[in-house]
Amino acid sequence: MLTTEQMQPFNDAVNDPLSAETASKEREIIGTLCTYAPEELIWAAGFHPMRLFSSKSDIVLAENHLQAYCCSLVRGILEDSLAGRLDFLTGTVFPHTCDSMQRLSDIWRLKGKYKFFADVVLPVKLNTPSARTYMLDILNTFRTELEAAGGRPILEQDLHEAIHLFNRIRRSLRALYDIKSQNPSIISGADLYTLVKGSMIMDKVQAADRLEQLVSTLMPVDTPENDTGRVILSGSVCDSAAYYQVIESADVQVVADDLCTGQRWFDGEIEDQIDPMAAIADRYMDRMICPAKHSDLTIRGEHLASLAKKHRAGGVVFLLLKFCDPHAFDYPYLKEFLETRGIKTLRIEVDEQQDNAGQITTRIETFAHMI
Amino acid sequence: MSEEASKEKRKIKSAKKMRDLMTTYYLDALSASQNNKKVAWITSGGPVEPLVAMDIIPVYPENHGAMIGSAKMGEDLCAKAEDMGYSADLCSYARSDISCAVVKGGPIGGLPKPDMLICCNNICGTVLKWYEIQARYFNVPLFIFDTPMCHTGYSRPVADYVRAQVDEYIRFLEKVTGKPFDHDRMAQVGKLSMEGQRLWQKVLNTTRHKPSPMSAFDAFFFLALIVTLRGTQVAVDFYKELIQEMEDRISEGISIVPEEKYRLLWDNLPVWYQLKWLSNTFSAHQACLVADTYTSAWCGAIQYIDPDRFLDSMAEGYTRIYLNIGVDQMAEQVIQMVDVYDVDGFVMHSNRSCKPYSFGQMDIMNIVRERTGIPVLMIEADMVDPRNFSQSQVETRIDAFMEIVKQGRDKH
Ligand code: SF4
Ligand code: SF4
Ligand code: SF4
Repeated sequence: MLTTEQMQPFNDAVNDPLSAETASKEREIIGTLCTYAPEELIWAAGFHPMRLFSSKSDIVLAENHLQAYCCSLVRGILEDSLAGRLDFLTGTVFPHTCDSMQRLSDIWRLKGKYKFFADVVLPVKLNTPSARTYMLDILNTFRTELEAAGGRPILEQDLHEAIHLFNRIRRSLRALYDIKSQNPSIISGADLYTLVKGSMIMDKVQAADRLEQLVSTLMPVDTPENDTGRVILSGSVCDSAAYYQVIESADVQVVADDLCTGQRWFDGEIEDQIDPMAAIADRYMDRMICPAKHSDLTIRGEHLASLAKKHRAGGVVFLLLKFCDPHAFDYPYLKEFLETRGIKTLRIEVDEQQDNAGQITTRIETFAHMI
Repeated sequence: MSEEASKEKRKIKSAKKMRDLMTTYYLDALSASQNNKKVAWITSGGPVEPLVAMDIIPVYPENHGAMIGSAKMGEDLCAKAEDMGYSADLCSYARSDISCAVVKGGPIGGLPKPDMLICCNNICGTVLKWYEIQARYFNVPLFIFDTPMCHTGYSRPVADYVRAQVDEYIRFLEKVTGKPFDHDRMAQVGKLSMEGQRLWQKVLNTTRHKPSPMSAFDAFFFLALIVTLRGTQVAVDFYKELIQEMEDRISEGISIVPEEKYRLLWDNLPVWYQLKWLSNTFSAHQACLVADTYTSAWCGAIQYIDPDRFLDSMAEGYTRIYLNIGVDQMAEQVIQMVDVYDVDGFVMHSNRSCKPYSFGQMDIMNIVRERTGIPVLMIEADMVDPRNFSQSQVETRIDAFMEIVKQGRDKH
């Protein structure tokens, strides 16, 4: 188990991003809203990329901009912005994602609250050469915008350093996930979630250093555990430790995930021997895909099935944010795809405004008996 | 004149012809395989002209969705999709089409099976997921025409990317049909498409006349042809006749709403299962919905298209359509329409099904209110799924809104 001391900096970053010890000291902060936000570029331009999450406060001001049938993440982040809780931002970047996020970008831009604003309209197709060319073009446009904002050119050296830094974070998180999969009791799911989320928020050098330190202290133990139920979580963001706690208290271990607050963020290292811009583009083309993007028709099913095989998981728990279209559309096919391959599935609807983790205990327990 | 006779006189005669044309079109589509013709399903905002040039029959699941909604079969089909595991919060066109493909239900017993799917995401991200589902279900090739969202403008990289896809699209069609692409035919189809769009714009413009010879409710109906038969002589001929009828009505002083006094603008998709009721409710207030942001989307990009360089300019035309632009640009277009059609009020349909159309509406509402001073009403509904519509609530709101419109007019 990780000690409270080991977890402290990550907990602090999550709870109090600005005054935590790990907060960026000299860099201005650019908020990001999706795992497709090119963080290496933001870092290379001298800014600190920080993933924004909803503080889950009551929706009051955002009611005047977004109807109730919009996902709670989008409404929640807008509420935070309108209420002034994000006034520390120098700017934000909106990658092309889903329809709801697209319109949030428009509303956000019209509010004009922060100095810097960028849409990075990435291709939706990730499996054609012309889409890759376009991806590279768009990343270069974004680079220019960042250079203007940062008041200095981004040098090749800056890019290489940023890539190296993010690769270190990715490698460490990958290692922690592997340790968790081998010996689930070494790291709790809730801690792992906090480590990922904390890394998305805190200063990146801090994240890279601290994660490496953690990995070096956590050598996998060789004794195979008694085989408890093993599952994979799938969805967009799962921004609540409570889900992990409920699942693990039913004696089920989360051994891998397909989440934006998990592997989808850190999956795939960036090649560091080739042209850095091309390397960044390549990672987005190949990385664990989000359903708002398109590649092969069954790529997500195959990916989940192979994750399950690799991590010996008997089930996949879908944590679907209410009103999240891309994930909701994929669910029926994924369920069928997995179940015909002997992998059980469970769907849980999540609304960030009302934590219902407590209410799912019975369903998780029943599921535990099935896998 | 008796009430019956005056009602008869107000009826738009071309409606019958239109119905016949649509019947012929669907019969052709349904018998395509017997006639050795290929069928492509395509999104409503998709580039259909190359299909027409290749003699492929385009079929529009969204138009089918509208038919399902009008036939009041939406609730049942949507519920079936929910039984299949699709969330009730998803677009009701998608839900009803997905279940309809499986149960072969709906007003025409399901659409003809596709040989290929063409998905253009210029209207939403929903169609991407929806067409992926159908591509898996029917196991047919899917072409995605990716038109990046133009929040603030059209950039060089976007232009290059979309233009490259026009060629990929043509190669895709050649591969699926095993036939070479006919560029001469394409040039003709391109011209017909442009002419059709110009005529459609002209149809819509007839409502500038006071009193208006037709309403947005009629436009919702006559729209089907510019969607489904864009690029054909049939559409061109029909709209010429329709314009003639509208001009005749204008010169004879026949209005669609008896004693039209108030003119309104509609936003978002129609509420298909309540068209008649809504039309009557507004008529009872002597209000005519003279224009809408929806039907004008099929001629909104004319400015970008050059009929002599159709394939080249089509990239821009299909990318910069109404829904694929920023909310502020959408508001500008609304403000222009308020002016062109001289309207007294703006009715916005907050459509649970359509997130890209509905999110941002409140910002548009505020911009329009501020800049034009006209009153705005927002009603909650869904275009196909009636479970999200409360008639009594909407009626009360319309009544209250019309009071404000009347007061606003009296002041002027
Ligand atoms: S679900 Fe997709 S669009 Fe949403 S944050 Fe994750 S990667 Fe981005
Ligand atoms: S959770 Fe879903 S709906 Fe919400 S922003 Fe992410 S992809 Fe979009
Ligand atoms: S109604 Fe809206 S969400 Fe549904 S297919 Fe049309 S544009 Fe897309």
